[in-house]
Amino acid sequence: MADVTITIDGNKVTAPAGTLLIEVCKSIGTEVPAFCYYPGLSLQAACRMCLVEIEKMPKMQTACTVPISEGMVVHTTTDKVRQARKSTLEFLLGNHPLDCPVCDAGGECELQDMTFSYGAAESKFMEAKLHRDEQQWSPVVFFDRPRCILCYRCVRVCGEAMDVWALGVQNRGSASIIAPNEGDHLECEECGMCIDICPVGALTSGAYRYKTRPWEMKHVGTTCMHCGDGCKTTLGVRRHETGMQIVRGDNRDKSGINGDFLCIKGRYAFDVTHSDERLTQPLVRHEGRLTPATWEAALELVASTFKRIRDEHGGSAIGVIGSNRTTNEENYLLQKFARVVLGSNNIDHHRTADFPALAAALKNTQVRTAGMRDVFNAKTILLIGNNPTDQHPLLAWQIRNNVRLHKARLFVVNAQDIKLHRQATAFAQVPSGSEAFAAAFLAGNDSVGESVGGDARNALLAMRQALKGAEEAVVIFGSEIRGAQVKAAVNLASALNAKIACLGDYANSRGAADMGLYPDLLPGYAQTSSEIFTGHWGALPEQPGWNIEQMVNAARDGQLRALLCVGSNPVVRYNVDPFVLQKTFLVVNEMFMTETASLATVVLPAACAYEKSGTFTNTMGDLQVVKKAGDLAGTKPDFEIVIEIADRMGFDVRKLVSLGGGTRADMGQSRGAQTGEADRHAVWLEAQNLEPRMTPFDPAAVLDEIQRLVPGYGEASRLNVAAGNDEHTTALEAGQGSATSDPDLVVPSEDTLFTSGTLGRYSNTLHSVIESRRKVPADKKTPV
Amino acid sequence: MADLVSHPDEVKVVSQRFGKGAAAMDRYLELDGYKAVQKALASGPEWIINEMKASNLRGRGGAGFPTGMKWSFVPKESAKPKYVLCNGDESEPGTCKDRLILEHDPHAVIEGVMIAALAVGAKTGFIYIRGEYRYLVDIMRKAIAEAYARGFLGKNIFGSGVDLDVRWHTGAGAYEVGEESALMESLEGKRGIPRIRPPFPAVVGLWGGPTVINNVETLASVPHVILGGGEWYAKLGTPKNGGTRLFCLSGHVQKPGVYELPLGYNLRKMIDDVGGGIWKGHKLKAVVPGGSSVPILKADEIDLAMDFDTLMKAGTFLGSGGVIVLDDHTCIVKFCLRTTKFYQHESCGWCIPCREGTDWMKKTLVRFHAGGGIKRDIDNLNYLAENMLGRTFCPLGDAAAMPVIGMIKKFREEFEAHLEGRPCPFEEHGAAVEQLPVLA
Ligand SMILES: Cc1cc2nc3c(=O)[nH]c(=O)nc-3n(C[C@H](O)[C@H](O)[C@H](O)COP(=O)(O)O)c2cc1C
Ligand code: SF4
Ligand code: SF4
Ligand code: SF4
Ligand code: FES
Repeated sequence: MADVTITIDGNKVTAPAGTLLIEVCKSIGTEVPAFCYYPGLSLQAACRMCLVEIEKMPKMQTACTVPISEGMVVHTTTDKVRQARKSTLEFLLGNHPLDCPVCDAGGECELQDMTFSYGAAESKFMEAKLHRDEQQWSPVVFFDRPRCILCYRCVRVCGEAMDVWALGVQNRGSASIIAPNEGDHLECEECGMCIDICPVGALTSGAYRYKTRPWEMKHVGTTCMHCGDGCKTTLGVRRHETGMQIVRGDNRDKSGINGDFLCIKGRYAFDVTHSDERLTQPLVRHEGRLTPATWEAALELVASTFKRIRDEHGGSAIGVIGSNRTTNEENYLLQKFARVVLGSNNIDHHRTADFPALAAALKNTQVRTAGMRDVFNAKTILLIGNNPTDQHPLLAWQIRNNVRLHKARLFVVNAQDIKLHRQATAFAQVPSGSEAFAAAFLAGNDSVGESVGGDARNALLAMRQALKGAEEAVVIFGSEIRGAQVKAAVNLASALNAKIACLGDYANSRGAADMGLYPDLLPGYAQTSSEIFTGHWGALPEQPGWNIEQMVNAARDGQLRALLCVGSNPVVRYNVDPFVLQKTFLVVNEMFMTETASLATVVLPAACAYEKSGTFTNTMGDLQVVKKAGDLAGTKPDFEIVIEIADRMGFDVRKLVSLGGGTRADMGQSRGAQTGEADRHAVWLEAQNLEPRMTPFDPAAVLDEIQRLVPGYGEASRLNVAAGNDEHTTALEAGQGSATSDPDLVVPSEDTLFTSGTLGRYSNTLHSVIESRRKVPADKKTPV
Repeated sequence: MADLVSHPDEVKVVSQRFGKGAAAMDRYLELDGYKAVQKALASGPEWIINEMKASNLRGRGGAGFPTGMKWSFVPKESAKPKYVLCNGDESEPGTCKDRLILEHDPHAVIEGVMIAALAVGAKTGFIYIRGEYRYLVDIMRKAIAEAYARGFLGKNIFGSGVDLDVRWHTGAGAYEVGEESALMESLEGKRGIPRIRPPFPAVVGLWGGPTVINNVETLASVPHVILGGGEWYAKLGTPKNGGTRLFCLSGHVQKPGVYELPLGYNLRKMIDDVGGGIWKGHKLKAVVPGGSSVPILKADEIDLAMDFDTLMKAGTFLGSGGVIVLDDHTCIVKFCLRTTKFYQHESCGWCIPCREGTDWMKKTLVRFHAGGGIKRDIDNLNYLAENMLGRTFCPLGDAAAMPVIGMIKKFREEFEAHLEGRPCPFEEHGAAVEQLPVLA
């Protein structure tokens, strides 16, 4: 719309006609207080906090609903306006319990802030306040009615933005109350968005209630450790007898790719970090039983055994299985360790999507990958396979809200009638397994029409028609499409001039793939002979190594003598017969005594993602920082474990972690290294005229190497990543890839909103939610 | 069923069929029924709207907005269907006129809806009847069925090629849904909470379509305007205040009732002549001239022509036509409490000032009237009301605030007489009338 000029408190401001006055005020730094207004949610005009004077209008107007028009003259600081704000606060405080000293929101409460600004400190009334007892609506959602100011944000975020519609308003007048639509409890996605958006302490979190005060916490902005979407999460950390304890997860600054959003896992499932079942001592198998050992002894045993086997039988007798949940730096280091130290290409991980096939399919095309932000801004979204509501909650949020706020068109092709159907312009239900045919058909390949069946064919035909001339499109596909079939998805994206994305399941699945946890691919989907890497690392084993399945077979045949398994549970994921591993020296880095760990010769207690530094790459290729929130005594980050093993094998660790010339590695400094610490430390040392002695445990040094060597990562701004922003990487576009990298090894996690692979089993919160839903009769369950 | 009253000064237009059995179709037809709509059909929308404008008919629901002008705001072309919505939620205390129309002349309402629909190009009309008026729903349902049976409603009405449907709908008992935007929400099956305006209903109304919303009495007057002509109707009243209206004279008069008088009729005369003066030989103390929400007038302030503009100048409103007369035995504090209780009970709760303000005003007044008041309460009450006025989401907040502000301003000494534990001077036994909820 055309620009208009208005005057706010004497300042001339130009903005597009129709912009809401409150937003224009905000843009010039003029605060207009607001309770019910929330950007991106429907307008309410209910709280009356934003009343301002506009010349020529008889009454004060709500800035949250008035679109600006040419020549408007607005006053936001008059006595009349201040009095209106003050009296609104007085009205609210009349029935407010004033229990700020114990309220979770104390210090982070908009009502407190407003009261502080407008000073409504005088008590005018003597009658009793309206009281209602606190209610528990679900394992994670509690409601304290007396604190509620009825801004209806919770109702709207749940309905409009989450598309769950679990909350409503009951009664009228001063008896009005927010209530679950199911009566006394919630049957919902338990995302906690309602709690997060509540400006006061009326909705509180089961995990955090009455635990601490906001100012007693350290706030650490990091990336969620659960699904592959990579929400920015701010962890509230507090001192605790075991070191530090994470007591809260939220997204305070809303600056991440997830904006306002977090799902139940991001918000609550940090509790795995302080699960009673965390391993905090190395264990070594002694007379058949895993018995506690010192780190010294355990690492020594691992290093000497690896060294012996390598020296006697060659590196190919050793295998390494990496993790979907360790950082990029750790994954990179791990495969480098395998290839350079062990001399083995036997490296793999639990694959949840076929990224190598996508890299191969993208070769010689113009198709680019989409980042998570693209999904929120695309004009057309084509989703083939997957159920993002369960498996990619942030992606589902981006899609839903793009459709709602920007009127994007969503096209869904799925074997199931998934919840996102509700937002879809068109939906085609195709037989399971025919997703790639559907993609090919949509791209114009009529010959595959038969494979999807009659009804689906008609639906797809209409969809093909509607997609003609689509602009700014994104094609997103799930792990249903893999191997050579991925080409069909890329062809479709190419035909639509669209960006593309492929959905993997865990926090760093994409990072594991990008960093080369494959027997046949180096980091950046490069061939094992790639000169980029041999040039820097020296000679590498040339033949592709064994994949997971082959490693298991080799173990059965006695050829795989040692296996290092980092943060992965292949015994469950790949259904491995436990007896097969009996003859193998199995080392497992784990947080918990998993099925795989229980078979190990040595178990090394590992730190989790919230206890270390580094980066994650989400399934869309967005690179984000992982920051250390605290640590758990007894554990070590996998990064450090690998360095220690290499060091004890007599390997010069400077070749693993390039620290620059001339510096000496200080092996004395170990636990607790944080990203950038070495750099800061060096600067300080140099300033003191001391010889810089760097720690090899600083993952930032590995990120340096990643950015130097891995195609697609070099352009990412370190500054931006370090500042907690996301940088889109393009390893898939840049790499060689492989269309035949064993598509059968792709085993999707099939997580729901309330599960998170093996890790999720150790979350009390997820457990309690699953338990409480179990009590609801099946026919009453809200479909998710 | 209410008794009908009459007075020689009455000019019976909208009430001309009261007591004549016009709820029955045949009788209605004998009394010129459904002639206006046929005339409207023959004359076309432009002519109808011009007649309506000429009539100076102003909305009888309370706001007094010129009806012809309202209709002319409806866009001619609209992608979404247009609607006419008849507001029969009549709940303002002191107002009891729409019920008489619905009872005695339901077809006039239907006919009015039909003419409005023809004027704006709507194909559907709704008659929304207050939840508590169950018995009127039956009358209306029957009337609509009869109209369909005669082919006056439905496809091709009166053989004109025009299709027109009229439906009835009933509320669930909320004053607030009389407010036009809350009315639409309620009709759509949602909680009765007002909408943000603009957009106004004439542009974006029911299900997003342009909608004309008028009061029962307004619409029942329409056929008379159409038959008698706009000019004739206008002349019945004063300039800019065309026609007659039903005044609901209640309270301490000898002959309370609903009287149809020309706009501009003198208020004192209405009380003394039409109402037969104050009952029991008492003296007049005050008058609330337009339904319980409008500012009160003292006995010496009532030499006024009862039209919208004159009352506005006098600092009050003609409102919904409910004239509440209070004698000198009335306790203003109790009256204030009674009024406030109503608005507290009816506040929808959507916005903060009204939801909290009405509640604290009520709580304070309950204690105050029972003898627990302190001096500061009077200022507090005024403060509450002043801070609601003009700041709420819909006019209900104003409706709750205005009476309190007015009564404190004009009868402060009566409030002061209740202070410091003194019993209400108007209670015969001097005892507290309300149970004290909290204060010992
Ligand atoms: C709280 C509130 C209650 C109202 N109740 C009624 C009502 O019961 N009947 C009515 O006709 N108008 C009522 N109105 C006025 C309507 O909003 C609207 O102005 C009227 O129906 C328009 O019709 P008219 O132009 O014919 O008067 C009410 C307004 C408010 C603010
Ligand atoms: S937790 Fe999420 S889904 Fe559940 S009520 Fe709150 S906003 Fe709605
Ligand atoms: S619970 Fe919180 S978010 Fe919901 S209406 Fe009350 S104050 Fe607003
Ligand atoms: S003023 Fe506010 S609370 Fe009162 S009825 Fe209107 S919208 Fe509801
Ligand atoms: S922010 Fe404008 S009314 Fe609440």
